[in-house]
Amino acid sequence: MANGTTTTATDDDDFVITPTRPGEEKGAWSAWIQDLLFTVDHKKLGLMYIGSGLLFFVVAGLMATLIRAQLAFPNSHLIAPDVYNRFFTMHGTAMVFMVGMPIIFGMANYLVPIMIGARDMAFPRLNAFGFWMFFFSGWFLYFSYFAGPGLYNAGSAPDIGWFAYSPLTAKAFSRGHSSDYWTLSLLSSGIGSMATALNIIVTTISLRCKGMTLGRMPLFVWTFLVVAFLVILALPPLSACQIMLILDRYLGAKFFDTQSGGSAVLWQHFFWIFGHPEVYILILPGFAAMNEIVPVFSRKPIFGYPIMVGANVMIAFISLGVWAHHMFTVGMTSLGNSFFAISTMLVAIPTGIKIFNWIGTMYGGKIRFEMPMIFCIAFLFQFLIAGLTGVMLSVAPFDWQLSDSYFVVAHFHYVLIGGLLYTIFASIYYWYPKAFGRMMSHKIGLWHFWLFTIGFHLTFGPQHIAGFLGMPRRIYTYEAGRGWEIWNLMSSIGVIFQLAGVLLFVWNLIYSYRKGKIAGDDPWDAWTLEWATTSPPPDYNFEKIPEVRSRRPLWDLKHPDDPDWKYE
Amino acid sequence: MDTFINQPVSIDEITPWRPPSIRKVGMLTLITTESALFAIFVVAYIFYIGKSLNGPYPHELLEIPWSASFALFGSSATITFAEFALKKGNRPLFHLWWFITIAMGIYFLGFTAYEWHEFIFEKHLTISTNVFGTTFYSLVGLHASHVVVGLLLLGTILISSLRNKLDHEHHEHVEIISWYWHFVDAVWAVVLTVVYFISAHY
Amino acid sequence: MTLLLPALTARAAEPTVYPISNMFDPLSKPALMIHESSIVVSLICLVIFLLVTGMIAYVVVKFPSKGASDDRQEPPQIYGSSQIELAWTVIPILITVVLILVTTRTIGEIQDKKMPENAVRVTIIGHQWWWEIHYMKPDGKGGWITDFVTANELHIPLSPKDKPRPTALTLESADVIHSYWVPQLNGKTDVIPNHQNHMWFEPWATGTFLGNCAEYCGTQHANMLIRVMVQKPDEFEKWLADQRAAPRTPLDAIALQGRQVFFGNSCVSCHKIAGTVAVGLFGPDLTHLMARTAIGSGVAPIGQASLRDWVRNPAHLKPGVLMPDMQLSEAQVDQVVAYLMTLK
Ligand code: HEA
Ligand code: HEA
Ligand code: HEC
Ligand code: CUA
Ligand SMILES: [Cu+2]
Repeated sequence: MANGTTTTATDDDDFVITPTRPGEEKGAWSAWIQDLLFTVDHKKLGLMYIGSGLLFFVVAGLMATLIRAQLAFPNSHLIAPDVYNRFFTMHGTAMVFMVGMPIIFGMANYLVPIMIGARDMAFPRLNAFGFWMFFFSGWFLYFSYFAGPGLYNAGSAPDIGWFAYSPLTAKAFSRGHSSDYWTLSLLSSGIGSMATALNIIVTTISLRCKGMTLGRMPLFVWTFLVVAFLVILALPPLSACQIMLILDRYLGAKFFDTQSGGSAVLWQHFFWIFGHPEVYILILPGFAAMNEIVPVFSRKPIFGYPIMVGANVMIAFISLGVWAHHMFTVGMTSLGNSFFAISTMLVAIPTGIKIFNWIGTMYGGKIRFEMPMIFCIAFLFQFLIAGLTGVMLSVAPFDWQLSDSYFVVAHFHYVLIGGLLYTIFASIYYWYPKAFGRMMSHKIGLWHFWLFTIGFHLTFGPQHIAGFLGMPRRIYTYEAGRGWEIWNLMSSIGVIFQLAGVLLFVWNLIYSYRKGKIAGDDPWDAWTLEWATTSPPPDYNFEKIPEVRSRRPLWDLKHPDDPDWKYE
Repeated sequence: MDTFINQPVSIDEITPWRPPSIRKVGMLTLITTESALFAIFVVAYIFYIGKSLNGPYPHELLEIPWSASFALFGSSATITFAEFALKKGNRPLFHLWWFITIAMGIYFLGFTAYEWHEFIFEKHLTISTNVFGTTFYSLVGLHASHVVVGLLLLGTILISSLRNKLDHEHHEHVEIISWYWHFVDAVWAVVLTVVYFISAHY
Repeated sequence: MTLLLPALTARAAEPTVYPISNMFDPLSKPALMIHESSIVVSLICLVIFLLVTGMIAYVVVKFPSKGASDDRQEPPQIYGSSQIELAWTVIPILITVVLILVTTRTIGEIQDKKMPENAVRVTIIGHQWWWEIHYMKPDGKGGWITDFVTANELHIPLSPKDKPRPTALTLESADVIHSYWVPQLNGKTDVIPNHQNHMWFEPWATGTFLGNCAEYCGTQHANMLIRVMVQKPDEFEKWLADQRAAPRTPLDAIALQGRQVFFGNSCVSCHKIAGTVAVGLFGPDLTHLMARTAIGSGVAPIGQASLRDWVRNPAHLKPGVLMPDMQLSEAQVDQVVAYLMTLK
């Protein structure tokens, strides 16, 4: 197609390289928009993923702010019950599917091809398809606020919780179309995710540059390979149960119709067969970023590369068999409960290995406290707490108490924010210079870090205690006198700090884009291939496809007397 | 910095660098995802065996579709013959086997259409009748939709080959499409066992 | 177990209401069993937390770069160490084994407990957003049938340690999934349509225990509260006898008019009052309404004012509630409330 000849029309899916970005020189708005709409470049798509993810983060974060405002005091009448229920549904759904997923896919898109010395993803057009599916689903989900009865009483957004337990989603209990927006949105974003994951797998398997054996692949890429496999295996169950729900709602099928012999528990199994691997899909990219950032700022190679790869694979493998730890209270047999409690606890072992290996990497190093590293150290501490509360939840009898209480809310915000979001911050501070050619401000960064960290612990720390005191989640109000007031108030105050932190972060992004220090190709003195090209990289990434002979190609180049490949 | 990596570092010269084809890896990955999707529908089917509150029940309706299964399984063989002919460079034979494959696929679909027509209009089993109807139509329908996609792919190859647009590079396309077709077949083996052999007793 | 027990149960004076539903303050056997394994697990986690935090703090304090000049010299490049990595694989495995033993033992003990003959049998049916409670009696054929029906507030007998008398709950749902949770008495168990679940209590303190519906079940999930009254055996028997008896007939004129309003309206198609033509099943049984302490499964304490408020417009107290505004005149409201107040 590109060369105008007729014969190979179906054959040029890969390696479509436009030498210059259309409209780049003119700088016209229309050209810019056109460029965004039609681009198939993995770096632009990556940034578009991250940009729209951050946009949804702000929206979903503001919803959380309103949730906390309502819960600050008992018997509050700030927000009506329906509106509140829509808030937490939309907050949770958006944070998982429209914030977490796109940002990690953005990271993969931007970095995986450069790190393996490729010019683009294996299927660039499929890549664009994946992005637009996600983008469409995000807006479609939020459009529910305006659709149907619309805006009146805050619209018809779904109010079924982010895991939408049947039969609350059945026509009888969810009239109108709010639940349809939810299913259709997740179905289409799921298709996009599977397409993107397929692309990542093919890219890492087939497009590695010369010399980059699997054993020399950066751990970042390894981790994303594992994530992509998890997506490939775990997203289909989600799509399957969405299809079933659509059949139920539109054709009167009986999958989850408890009045006609359908089972409500089946939905839970199908959802969590997806849902649990999903949370590892979200945290493994965080591990991926740790694997790059911690060594560079400790000035040492990652400690125990092979076992780190093994731990990733183990985590992914085990995580496919633990889903029912979200269902300890549904009345499984004692054998079932024991099985899932045990399998869940096993995850602690490979995860512990990772934690210890990161500490081992830092041990004996020369740690530089740049912003990415600061976020990573906070990650270590916070993820440790989160993981241990996870272990408490995995003790099925303890979970009979803790399940669906604020303790769970605290647990998963510690993993999702203290884990995932912190590594997203770290990654943005780390790779921003690569993407935009300028450093992010360290000073604003520190303010961002401290405000957000204080706010985060103030918000979610007390929720553990509220959970111990029997406070269930997803309640729009609570009575006074049950000992929950103080913890909720603290929690709500924390959000103010978080809000300020996020504002500073956004400001840092904008400010540094214009005024940041010029970064140069390799500001952090790092070792993987993305730092071997210009910042920002040219459309084709590398003038000449590199060849590597160790895990740290740039170390070899900088230390020709003591290269890595001698030891591997 | 560029000078560093552009330096020809001759390494691994003994082992040539030949990563696998992106299309093959892509197809295998796609098949993995699809298997996961089918697995869920199969599990749902098995879970609901014998749980219908009202008829019609499977044992009243289901008959083992010998001829359709024969056609579909047979088409897995014929597509292999077609591939073989293509490798030998025998175009007409390739067209013949390829066409037979498509014909057998269409026969299979025709059977499903006939079966469904009978179930719906004569036996009064629809997707909303009971959990058997629900799981039956969704599982068999999901498989049938994959047969349709497979037939479309097979059709495009046939057309472009007849118009002489299938050159040597496209042989890989033929190969991966045949993989997909084998997959659709393998799924049928599972569906046949679960639906027609096992659940027909309930 | 025996160590913790007296410490927890020795209270100055037994309160009548336990407002703080603290799961670490168990007053019933299954809750205590959970509590014990929780404490073991929490302590293990605490120790791990302190150790690992110590490790993190150590490397952060011990190995910072000493500034630009120091940076030029890279530290020794260590790629790993099989012994160390083996150590921090094996130690967590051992800890996990301990956790597994604690967990599986407790699961079995609580879940597979056989209910004795003298157990009180109760079936609880979750509704959007209230609880229907059936007290069961033997049907003579080895099964159980309903003795009488009440709503929202569960009364159970004290279970002395030497002569335990558990209450065995069967949980069912009429619509969506709910979850029955009274932290001081036991963990939660989901209440699922088309699926039966079981749980049990064996409390050793009298008083009112609070809990919540713990599975999101729609608009008023927040106000689907739970109250369990643990009573001394004789009080409990008396309560049972009262509940079985038919309600008193209304005495004064106003209440009589109220009775007419009640039976002239569609109240009867949703509510049941034993011994009358009101046999509705959609809303709570009102036979002994005034024997309860709260209405709307806990949104307000029961009394003339709250009943008036409720009957005039239930959505005022409980927005989204499935009982409609009955559009009664002010006078009719007064009359109905007067009638309701006689349902003791
Ligand atoms: C990024 C997301 C993420 C991650 C990584 C995890 C990690 C873990 N989670 Fe979490 N989880 C969620 C996100 C996540 N979770 C979410 C979103 C929910 C709620 C969903 C909802 O209901 O809305 C949830 C809910 C949830 C439940 C269900 C609670 C309930 O609803 O009743 C359980 C129960 O077992 C659980 C357990 C665990 C465990 C054991 C881990 C483990 O992987 C943790 C392993 C880590 C460590 C243990 C720390 C490091 C290890 C060491 C230092 C080694 C030594 C330690 C030991 C030997 C113990 N999680
Ligand atoms: C990645 C996932 C993620 C993230 C990052 C967050 C972030 C936050 N979450 Fe979220 N949360 C979930 C995932 C996440 N959550 C999930 C899955 C659920 C379960 C839902 C369910 O039950 O179904 C949940 C539920 C949940 C609840 C429980 C609700 C309930 O059960 O009733 C609460 C309550 O406190 C809460 C609070 C917060 C807060 C305060 C933040 C904060 O960290 C947010 C910080 C962000 C901001 C404060 C935005 C800043 C905005 C700006 C800078 C813009 C300023 C611009 C203008 C003013 C114009 N969340
Ligand atoms: C459409 C059905 C319906 C009708 C008609 C109806 N109710 Fe109700 N009623 C309910 C439901 C459902 C509840 C439980 C609401 C909840 O707690 O969420 C309820 C609760 C109550 C309660 C509180 C019971 C308790 O224990 O908490 C009272 C009192 C009551 N109704 C009185 C009346 C009276 C008086 C009328 C007629 C004037 C009436 N109801 C008509 C459905 C109905
Ligand atoms: Cu019932 Cu929540
Ligand atoms: Cu999980």
